[in-house]
Amino acid sequence: MATHATTPNAHSDDHHHAHPPGFAHQFEDIGQQLDSTTLGMWVFLAQEIMFFGGLFCGYSIYRSLMPAGFEAASNHLNVPLGFANTVVLIASSLTMALAVRAAMLGDNKWVLRWLVGTLILGCMFLGVKIIEYSDKFEHHLVPGYNFQWANAAEAPGAQMFYVFYFTMTGMHALHMVIGAGLLLYFIYKASKNTYHPQYFGPIENMGLYWHFVDIVWIFLFPLLYLLGYHLGKGH
Amino acid sequence: MSATAIPRVHTPPPPDPPVRPAKHYINATSGLASWLLTVDHKRITILYLISITIFFAIGGFFAMLVRLELITPQGDLMTAETYNRSFSMHGIAMVFFFLIPSIPATLGNFLVPIMCGARDLAFPKINLLSWYCFIVGAVFALATAFMGGVDTGWTFYTPYSSTYANGAVLTAILGAFFAGFSSILTGLNFIVTIHKMRAPGLTWFRMPLFLWAMYATSIIQILGTPVVAITLILVGLERGLGFGFFDPKLGGDPILMQHLFWFYSHPAVYVMILPPLGVMSELTAAFCRRRVYGYHFVALSSVAIAVISFIVWGHHLFTSGQSVYAGMVFSVLTFLVGIPSAIKVFNWMATMFKASISFEAPMIYAFGFIGLFTIGGVTGLFLATLGLDIHMHDTYFVVAHFHYIMVGSAIFSYMGGLHYWWPKITGKLYNDTLGCISAVLIFLGFNATFFPQFILGYMGMPRRYHAYPAEFQFLNICSSLGATLLAVGYVLPAIYFTWSLFKGKDAGPNPFKAKGLEWEIPSPPPTENFTKVPVVNSEPYDYAPGAGH
Ligand SMILES: [Cu+2]
Repeated sequence: MATHATTPNAHSDDHHHAHPPGFAHQFEDIGQQLDSTTLGMWVFLAQEIMFFGGLFCGYSIYRSLMPAGFEAASNHLNVPLGFANTVVLIASSLTMALAVRAAMLGDNKWVLRWLVGTLILGCMFLGVKIIEYSDKFEHHLVPGYNFQWANAAEAPGAQMFYVFYFTMTGMHALHMVIGAGLLLYFIYKASKNTYHPQYFGPIENMGLYWHFVDIVWIFLFPLLYLLGYHLGKGH
Repeated sequence: MSATAIPRVHTPPPPDPPVRPAKHYINATSGLASWLLTVDHKRITILYLISITIFFAIGGFFAMLVRLELITPQGDLMTAETYNRSFSMHGIAMVFFFLIPSIPATLGNFLVPIMCGARDLAFPKINLLSWYCFIVGAVFALATAFMGGVDTGWTFYTPYSSTYANGAVLTAILGAFFAGFSSILTGLNFIVTIHKMRAPGLTWFRMPLFLWAMYATSIIQILGTPVVAITLILVGLERGLGFGFFDPKLGGDPILMQHLFWFYSHPAVYVMILPPLGVMSELTAAFCRRRVYGYHFVALSSVAIAVISFIVWGHHLFTSGQSVYAGMVFSVLTFLVGIPSAIKVFNWMATMFKASISFEAPMIYAFGFIGLFTIGGVTGLFLATLGLDIHMHDTYFVVAHFHYIMVGSAIFSYMGGLHYWWPKITGKLYNDTLGCISAVLIFLGFNATFFPQFILGYMGMPRRYHAYPAEFQFLNICSSLGATLLAVGYVLPAIYFTWSLFKGKDAGPNPFKAKGLEWEIPSPPPTENFTKVPVVNSEPYDYAPGAGH
C-alpha cells in the first residue's frame, strides 16, 4: 500500500491545545469523535436488542404453548401501577431529551436540572417496581421460592409467566439501576460545566441508552400486564 | 503534495536498516501500573497475549489428561466423573478463554488501528475494560477449576447444568458470561474504528483483507454473543433460583436452551475461524509477493460467512428432537457455508499459482492451514448431510471435524500470524529454521492426533466416554502419541519466541519486505503509531509484478 504522510499529526503538541475540552486524542477532530461515539452507542444498543431478544423469543414460544396459563397469570398484575410506571418512564424520556438539548446549547445549569429530574423519575419507577415485587412475594407468586396456583391446569403456564415476568422486568430494572448510576456521574460532570456546543456527545449517548431502556418497557407493559386484562381482576 | 506521488511500484524501497527506535510503546513508560492501566492498544495486545497463553496451557493440560485416559480401553486412570470434568474444563478454557479471544484480542487489537492508519482504537478505555472483563471471567473460570470443575461439557446443556449438575456450574457460567462480554466490547471497538477512523484515501476496498475479516467477526460478536449471555443467565437462574426456563417438570423445554445456545455458538465458530481466514490472506499476499487473487470476492466472502453463520444453528439439533423439516432446511443452509469458504481457498491457491513463494515460517504455517481447513471443511459437509449426521452425531467424527477447524486451522493461522507480526510487535527476529520445524511438528502431530478420530467416529466410537471397546485401542494410541508430538510443537515456539526477546536480532521496520501500513512504521511502533497521518493512494498489496526472490 503506497502511502506518504502529508497531514500534520493533530497529536503534536503545538496543535493539541487548539482542540476543545473533552477532546480525546485518538481522534482527528471533534466531529470524528462525535460520529464515533454515537456509532459506538448504536452498536452497543444493537447488542442490547439481541440480549433482550433472547428473552422475548423465549416469552413468545412459551406463551404460544401455554396461552391460558399466561393470561390467567397476567391477570394478577397490577395494571394501574404498571400504567403509572409507563407514564413515569415516558416523562423521564422527555426530561432526558431536554437535558440533551441543554447540553447541545452548552447550558450546564439546565443539563444538571433535567438530569436530576430524569433521575427522580427513574427512582420513582424503581420504587413502584419494589412495591409490585413485594406484593408478588406476599401472594405466593414467586417461582422457585413460594409459587402456588389454585388451578392445576393453568399452573405450569402461570408459573412460566412469572418466571418471565421476574426475569424480563428484573433485567429491565437492572438496566435502570445502571442508568441511574450513569446519571449520577453525568450530574457531577454537568456541575463542573463540562458540556458545550462542541462537546455534548456523552449526554446524547446517555439519552440514547435511556430511551432504549424506556422502549424495552413500552414492549414489556402490554406483553406482561395487558394479556389477561379482559378477564377482570382475580379468578 | 500528494498529487506528485509517483506510484511506488516502479521504485523499490531502499533496504531498511535493522534499527530499533530509541523510544517505542514498550519502553514509553515503565512500572506495573503503566501496564495494568494502559489504554494503548499495543500494550493491551501484550496483556491479552499473556493471559490467553496461560489459558492455552491450562486447556492443554486438561486435554493431556483426556488423552492419557484414552490410551487404554478400561477407565483406569480416572473415574468417569473426573474424565467428564477434564473434557469440560478443556472445552471451556480453550473455547471461551483461548480461541474466541485469540486473534481478535491479540493480533486484531494490535493491527486494526495500525492498518486503519489510526493512533489507537476508537475507545481505548473500553479496550482496557474488555481485558478486565476477560480477567474477571478468568478468575471465575479458575475458581471453577479449583472447586472441582464442571461436568456439563463446554455447552452447558440443561439438564446437565441444572437439575443434574453436581459441579461449580454457577462460577463456570459467570466465567463464560464475562469472557463473552469482553468479546462484545472488542467487537464494538473494531466496528467503530473500521467505520470511522480509516486514514484519508483508505476506502473500503483498499482495506487489507485482515480488516474485512475482523469487521465480519465483530458483527458476529455484537449480534451473537448477547444471545448466549442471556442464555447463560437463564441457565444460572434455573440453577440458582429454581426458575424453570428449560425444566420440563415446570413446563420448560430443554431443547430451547440448545437453540438459544447454538444461535450464538455456531456463529461463534466463525468468531474463531474468520480472523484466521483474514490472517491467511495477509500471509498469502506477503509471501507470494502478490495481490490476493479475487480481492473483492475474498473480502465479501468474509461478510457472507458472517451472515450465513446466523441461519445454520439447527445442524446441532438434528438428533435432538427438532422437527425433521427444520432439519432439512438447516441441512441445506449449512451447505451454503461451503461456498464462501471455498471461494477463499481457491483464491489463495490462485494467488500462489506460479508465484515466487518464499518459504519462511509464517508461510509454512499458512500451507498447513490450507490442508487442515480443507479437511475440516469437507468433513463439515459430511455432518451437514442430515442422513449421515444421524450416524455420525456425537461420535469422534464430530470431535475430529471441529478440531480440524477450531484447533488445526485456527491455531495454525494464529501461529502463522504471530510469526509474521512478531518482529513488528517486539522488534526482534526469531530463529526462522526453528519456526519452520515447529510448523512441521505441529502439522504432523495434529494430523496424527485427529485423523484417527475420523476413523474411530466412523466406526462408531461415541465421544465423552472414558472407556471404550478394545478394538479401538490402536487408533486411540496413535491419537495420544500425536498429542504428545503436538505438545512438543507448541512448546518449541514458546522457547524461541522468549529467546528472541532477549537475544534476537533487531527486526527493522519491514523484515519480510511486505506491503501494508504496519510495515511502514518502526518496530516496535511508537505509542502514537504514526508521527504523520498516513494517506493511502493505492490498492492493497501492490507488489511489483514479478517481485520476489
Ligand atoms: Cu455449527
